Amino acid sequence: MSGKPKLYYFDGRGKMESIRWLLAAAGVEFEEEFLETRDQYEKLLQGGSLLFQQVPMVEIDGMKMVQTRAILSYIAAKYNLYGKDLKERAWIDMYVGGTDDLMGFILMFPFLSAEDKEKQRAFIVQKATSRYFPVYEKVLKDHGQDFLVGNNFSWADVHLLEAILMVEEKKSDVLAGFPQLQAFKARISNIPTIKKFLEPGSQRKPVPDDKYVETVRRVLRMYYDVKAN
Amino acid sequence: MSGKPRLTYLNGRGRMESIRWLLAAAGVEFEEVYLETKEQYDKLIKDGFLLFQQVPLVEIDGMKMVQTRAIMSYIAGKYNLHGKDLKERALIDMYVEGISDLMQMILMFPFSPPDAKEKNLESIKDRATNRYFPVFEKVLKQHGQDFLVGNKFSWADVQLMEAILAVEEKVPAVLSGFPQLQVFKTKMSNIPTIKKFLQPGSPRKPPPDAHYVETVLKVFKK
Repeated sequence: MSGKPKLYYFDGRGKMESIRWLLAAAGVEFEEEFLETRDQYEKLLQGGSLLFQQVPMVEIDGMKMVQTRAILSYIAAKYNLYGKDLKERAWIDMYVGGTDDLMGFILMFPFLSAEDKEKQRAFIVQKATSRYFPVYEKVLKDHGQDFLVGNNFSWADVHLLEAILMVEEKKSDVLAGFPQLQAFKARISNIPTIKKFLEPGSQRKPVPDDKYVETVRRVLRMYYDVKAN
Repeated sequence: MSGKPRLTYLNGRGRMESIRWLLAAAGVEFEEVYLETKEQYDKLIKDGFLLFQQVPLVEIDGMKMVQTRAIMSYIAGKYNLHGKDLKERALIDMYVEGISDLMQMILMFPFSPPDAKEKNLESIKDRATNRYFPVFEKVLKQHGQDFLVGNKFSWADVQLMEAILAVEEKVPAVLSGFPQLQVFKTKMSNIPTIKKFLQPGSPRKPPPDAHYVETVLKVFKK
């Protein structure tokens, strides 16, 4: 037993990617077990490892943690990325809630029909540029600090960078009207742990492809008929 | 200014109901502002009250808080309903998130198209009885304590209580296979703050009806 956290998920982004980002940002090495067959998943279920029969599942500190938000909150707190007090935590939670909603629109993207993908792409860009990015742009402009909350690197910064990069994959110039976010992106990307995660060979997963979609559908027997927002 | 938290939402359950439950359980009095027109909502956005242009909004301790989870975590933390350490908090978070997935199905139900309602109701019953309730039945059976986590009343207990009652409104005999949950429900009902919240005249909102659905669609019309 290595003592490292162990992640159980598909070999792809999905809901596990934010967890990979946060562990990496915290400088925590982790192991991964990839679900490739229905049998593997059923074995996990029968073994009682999945509290609500779902992945992500992360073995950490003697717990088999499920529920993405619970896992992320635990990691953030453990590695001091959750603010210094209840109020800072509240702001981090609010900001993460926003980027989570934004990334939620992208999460189901690979499962859409080609026609729905175009509709969803426009939807994602519209929400990013009119609802979410302006908020973070203003926060950074108003306090002039490097990080979103409390002048300290936190989960909110990691999550926002992840969201920015994901939206840029859908529209490469999406940060054109957001100078603060451009500077933020450059700054956070240069943090050593994050820089490392952004390099080839890291545990960061690529943009989901058809193989990923097929694997998820086959293993979970779900998500055959996903609609755009 | 009263110093009490102020909730802005529609006059109905939706995403605000879990927040009402938690504040009530913690014995915290609060005020409410009800959105009835699109104009009211547009004005809130224009005046910069809604960080992501969405409600729930809870004004508390000088903050205009949005994002349901953020709001509830803050309330739980402030009123000592979030466990005594990181590991207890992790368990509470896991339980709350699971229950919240079930509550999400109930939240969306009134908005399902008529031909999908029966299927969705079946899904709610199936998930409650096969995925969620068995977990909490087992947790309570294994440790034999009154509360889900750390032998102490927490956010997880409040959320489970809310979910049990919400499912029972749709599936009346849903607890028939769950003796521990039946006892749990009785115990929770007798906690003074919860007992008070369950009485007529409390801020608790009734199940969503056609008027509520109509108001939601009207206020949030694009």
